Amino acid sequence: MTAIYSFIAGPLMWAVFAVFVVGCIWRVASLALIARKKDVAFYEYWNNRYAARSIAHWIVPFRSQSMRQNPATTTASFVFHITAIVTPLFLSAHVLLFQEAFGFSWPVLPNAIADAFTMLAIVSLVFLVGRRIFVREVRYLTTWSDFALLALVALPFVTGFWAYHLLPGAGWATILHILSGQALLVAIPFTRLSHMLLFFFMRGYIGSEFGGVRKAQDW
Amino acid sequence: MSQVIAKQSKPLPDAGLDKGAADLTPEKITKTLQAMLKAEGGARLAAYVDTCAHCGLCAQACHFCLSHDMDPAYSPAGKVKNTIAQVVKKKGKVNADFIRDAARIAYTECNLCKRCAMYCPFGIDVAYLMLVMRRMCHKLGVTPQYIQDTAHSHSVTANQMWVKQDEWVDTLFWQEEEAREEFEGLRIPLEKEGAQIMYSVIGPEPKFRAQLIYQAAALFHAAGLDWTMPATPGWDNSDMAMYTGDNEIMGRIKRAHYETAMRLRVQKIVMGECGHAFRSVHDMGNRWLGYKSSPVQVVHALEFYWQLLQDGKLKLAKKYEKPVTLHDPCNVVRGRGLHEMAREVVRASCETFIEMTPNREHNYCCAAGGGVINCGPPHKPTRVAGNRVKAEQLFRAKADGAQVVIAPCHNCHGGLEDIIHSYGLNLELKFLGDILYECMEKP
Repeated sequence: MTAIYSFIAGPLMWAVFAVFVVGCIWRVASLALIARKKDVAFYEYWNNRYAARSIAHWIVPFRSQSMRQNPATTTASFVFHITAIVTPLFLSAHVLLFQEAFGFSWPVLPNAIADAFTMLAIVSLVFLVGRRIFVREVRYLTTWSDFALLALVALPFVTGFWAYHLLPGAGWATILHILSGQALLVAIPFTRLSHMLLFFFMRGYIGSEFGGVRKAQDW
Repeated sequence: MSQVIAKQSKPLPDAGLDKGAADLTPEKITKTLQAMLKAEGGARLAAYVDTCAHCGLCAQACHFCLSHDMDPAYSPAGKVKNTIAQVVKKKGKVNADFIRDAARIAYTECNLCKRCAMYCPFGIDVAYLMLVMRRMCHKLGVTPQYIQDTAHSHSVTANQMWVKQDEWVDTLFWQEEEAREEFEGLRIPLEKEGAQIMYSVIGPEPKFRAQLIYQAAALFHAAGLDWTMPATPGWDNSDMAMYTGDNEIMGRIKRAHYETAMRLRVQKIVMGECGHAFRSVHDMGNRWLGYKSSPVQVVHALEFYWQLLQDGKLKLAKKYEKPVTLHDPCNVVRGRGLHEMAREVVRASCETFIEMTPNREHNYCCAAGGGVINCGPPHKPTRVAGNRVKAEQLFRAKADGAQVVIAPCHNCHGGLEDIIHSYGLNLELKFLGDILYECMEKP
């Protein structure tokens, strides 16, 4: 097990980070280049002020009509996104690994909070899965890949929870935790998870069009 | 996974769609669509189709979906799934039946009103995606017959309604003559070079709503403005080619329009109460021609009225007595933010103004815009059944006391007329210009 751990936490981790970073750059840069040729409007109408205005309205809970009309989904979605981003970045165990490897660190979440966040992430994911199954207009759009992506996102949290609480098989859970986290990182640039990057461009562009050309609100 | 088999609307016979699809071969479809994807399928298309998280939040934005008890096939993302997303996914390898269905969805079950863009957390512009699908259908020759006829008219005459040149000039003379009985000395100045304003209208005005030209002339006359109308092609600001996906013709007729204004050396174009024409002149036609914004300043009637009242050039003798409500047309509200100006004009000219809800940017579409009403009688049931939610919205306004609906857009007028009659709402329908004409101080 130690050999496996050394490999996945060592060389594989480097490879994963490389794929993640290069993949993200490629995803944005390739679209930016295509847009140069075929979507001139994107550059012409892009407006930092209106882009920021639109992003600000959609990144803060309940600032859009759409969010107010769906309080449960909005709550679940924000809880999920916040916990899914904050927990891994500020988990003491993760920061500790960084410190050991690179010699620097940053403030961390108390473990009890991180644990609560993990549970919140899992609960909100269950809600999102439930929506996919029980809400008609969501079920109609849902494909197997939507469930696969949700599972991919859930796995690091479930295995992390498992390992942290030293449940039976915690050693293997740790291995699985690292692998699933790596799979998630690799998937981000190449799947619909790329909305993590593209959200800002799509929202920014429609915000620029609504603000600059249409002189109207888009929230 | 169990998928809901959504009830599709029954395919209505349409010569353009049926014959067009029957003439297709698999090779032609694939070749055309792949060429189209290569030439015009850019980053927006890719990002929108690939990133949509299938969250379904757009469903509540669409009047078609709301009116069909949230049938997901009518949700914006559902329509994308059944049209352009398949084309992208299958790299153009789709069959003729698919194209026939996709054309029905893109041309008759989406008004391109962009309400859904305001409900999508990512801001995905489904109207843009539907326009890409329409352009593909146009390239394949699968377009609804009626709207295709208007595009042909644009191509031949540079106006939408096959209005002949002498008929156009004659109509203006006729309206001038009529108006001179009411307003001494009124002129509809033709071809006046160097005038401040060129007034432009849509093809249907000379064709069957000539009184609107009369009313506009009355406003110009009363306000003492220096204006003109062109006697040449280029007078029509409307644009159904934009909605069939025929961007080439859209570009040609927009160029004719701008260049007519340039030839007359006017400072700005003022246009009547039309939504789609405004979209075409200030947002879409200019883009196709490579202008970031329209090369001649374009002022929509709503802004024009507002300015006239603001400057005190138009004086009102009375206020309109019946209680009114206001329908916010997509192309001038979500398309240009003119809703507050419209309200100021309504409040200035009407005794009682009752808001319908939702309103402003969140107003429900008329279900006629985006060229849907121009697809003609075969598709009227689609847009009437597809806008029950509008009937309910109007009914609530009526319950609040409204007797008259002001709809400052031609397409909205046509659409709301059908909604009002079909659902037995018994509301009067007016343009804002009708109200101003009725209430203005007549010199």
